[in-house]
Amino acid sequence: MPISDWFSAREARRYTRVSEGASAPASDVPDGVWIKCETCHKTIYEGDLVANMRVCPSCGHHFDVPAPQRIEMIADEGSFLETDGHLAPADPLSFVAAKSYAESLEGGRAKSGLNEGVVTGTAAIDGIPVVLGVMDFRFIGASMGSVVGEKIARAFELATERRLPVVMITASGGARMQEGMFSLMQMAKTSAAVQRHLARGLPYVSVLSNPTYGGVTASFPVLADVILAEPGASIGFTGPRIIEQTIRQKLPKGFQTSEFMLEHGLIDEVVPRGELRSRLALLLNYLTPRVSDGGAS
Amino acid sequence: MARRHVMEFERPLFALEDKVVALKRMDVSADPELAAEIEALSAQIEVLRDQTYRDLGPWDRVQIARHPSRPKTEHYIAALFDDVLELHGDRSYGDDEAMFAGLGTFQGRRVVILGHRKGTDTKSNIRRNFGSPHPEGFRKAMRIMQMADKFGLPIVSFLDTAGAFPGIEAEERGQAWAIAESLATLSAVGVPVVAVGIGEGGSGGALAIGFGDRLIMLENSYYSVISPEACASILYRDSAQASSAAACLKMTASDLLGMGIIDEIVPEPVGGAHHDPAAMFVAVGTSVGRALLELSGIHREELVATRYERLRAVGAYAP
Repeated sequence: MPISDWFSAREARRYTRVSEGASAPASDVPDGVWIKCETCHKTIYEGDLVANMRVCPSCGHHFDVPAPQRIEMIADEGSFLETDGHLAPADPLSFVAAKSYAESLEGGRAKSGLNEGVVTGTAAIDGIPVVLGVMDFRFIGASMGSVVGEKIARAFELATERRLPVVMITASGGARMQEGMFSLMQMAKTSAAVQRHLARGLPYVSVLSNPTYGGVTASFPVLADVILAEPGASIGFTGPRIIEQTIRQKLPKGFQTSEFMLEHGLIDEVVPRGELRSRLALLLNYLTPRVSDGGAS
Repeated sequence: MARRHVMEFERPLFALEDKVVALKRMDVSADPELAAEIEALSAQIEVLRDQTYRDLGPWDRVQIARHPSRPKTEHYIAALFDDVLELHGDRSYGDDEAMFAGLGTFQGRRVVILGHRKGTDTKSNIRRNFGSPHPEGFRKAMRIMQMADKFGLPIVSFLDTAGAFPGIEAEERGQAWAIAESLATLSAVGVPVVAVGIGEGGSGGALAIGFGDRLIMLENSYYSVISPEACASILYRDSAQASSAAACLKMTASDLLGMGIIDEIVPEPVGGAHHDPAAMFVAVGTSVGRALLELSGIHREELVATRYERLRAVGAYAP
């Protein structure tokens, strides 16, 4: 049997167990919550949605995934060890507009239970040790301020030092304007950290999930050796509203989706969530340096 | 002369000046009090001019940074470099006139020049897309950065863009990809990089060529994560609140010097660079010359390592 089938079969076993409720991973979901799918408008029981990796059982719409749940989907059970979880944002500009940055931060913490919009750490994916970073859109749209940039830079540095592959799963509205230029400079900082990692011959795979935009897209995610995206994810630099306002035209259907990016040669593959873990394992198997290949080293 | 461009905060000053001009046209001999009035008003003008240009707010500076007569990249290139040779194209799609790339000689030193290029009139602005590059502009810049690295030529870049262009084709050709690759490339070139903010520093499109071993800004230039208008439309659902947003974003040269983001501010002539471009060119030439001198003779590994440390140090965290 081809290795990809083997992974899929293994995957099926792994997640059947979850849907049977033997060890439901996201026990923080309250019982009896119903959600309407924004694509097919069918009503889904949240427990079913979680068991199906937050993919609509009717139409395959991919819902947003909180970082802790994403880590459970991707990493080998019990393998994830968080790094820099204590790192928390400051308010360097004392930013106050219609809503103060301090309030937004409080809201982000309350909504996500996290200190910031990215969770980083070491993990194993099908036995392959990696450094893993997962963004959590619930925290101020996982916009990149100082702390998000710092955690990503540190994740790459850790991987470079330990000669590990990096896997980044993105979802972000872009730069965090409440941190002004501190935020913009994180684009250069994270890109520089990726550059150093790649220059040492070490692998990096990114997964763009819905939505990935702005100063985040235009930095570490698109510098990966292999760029994957989840089906139907919105991906781009400028948001559709601003583009429409600027060019005074309606945007074509399907503009800035994963499939659009694939068609324009900007990403490697669109991978449904159920196959993501096995695809990452397969890719990492190919990209992790080995002596035995006989290639130049 | 072309129609005068009056910035919001200059209106009272210009109104008074116009009044004096009108009075001067009248027959002074017919009215002996007229001469005295003109003299009094002229004195008032001096006081008002001083007030108008002394304590400029962030929004006033944004207007100066966008002033149509403000010296542009091409003017700095013409004034400061000899034997300039422009290089064209990204070797893949096209040549983006919103981005200048080329070779030049600065104070006897061979360098690579990069810069956002706004137009000087409607025709050139259309050709240059008002200084907002498409992906091929960043890819051209990146190609020339790599050339600088290969031949050991320092890079001098001039920042003046409202931002990377927000359009359908720009997205199709990978605007985010081009900017990210440019950032990664610039972070690793083994030659000195001196970036100079001369006008608008609009977000990722500015940053793509806008950091290095020295980051210098003109007194009235700005550098921001988002335009004040876009920020206002997100925060207040009203782009007319741009002036408040400009203050919130801490985007002026003096704010950024205080935050440790930039290294140096080049003072401008009273009222802004467009009041005395020749003096402005001299001042910028002096700063760039000093920066290049300080960076010369540093080994390439050390340059790259130090640049990385500079980037790594940017950020603010909770204690």
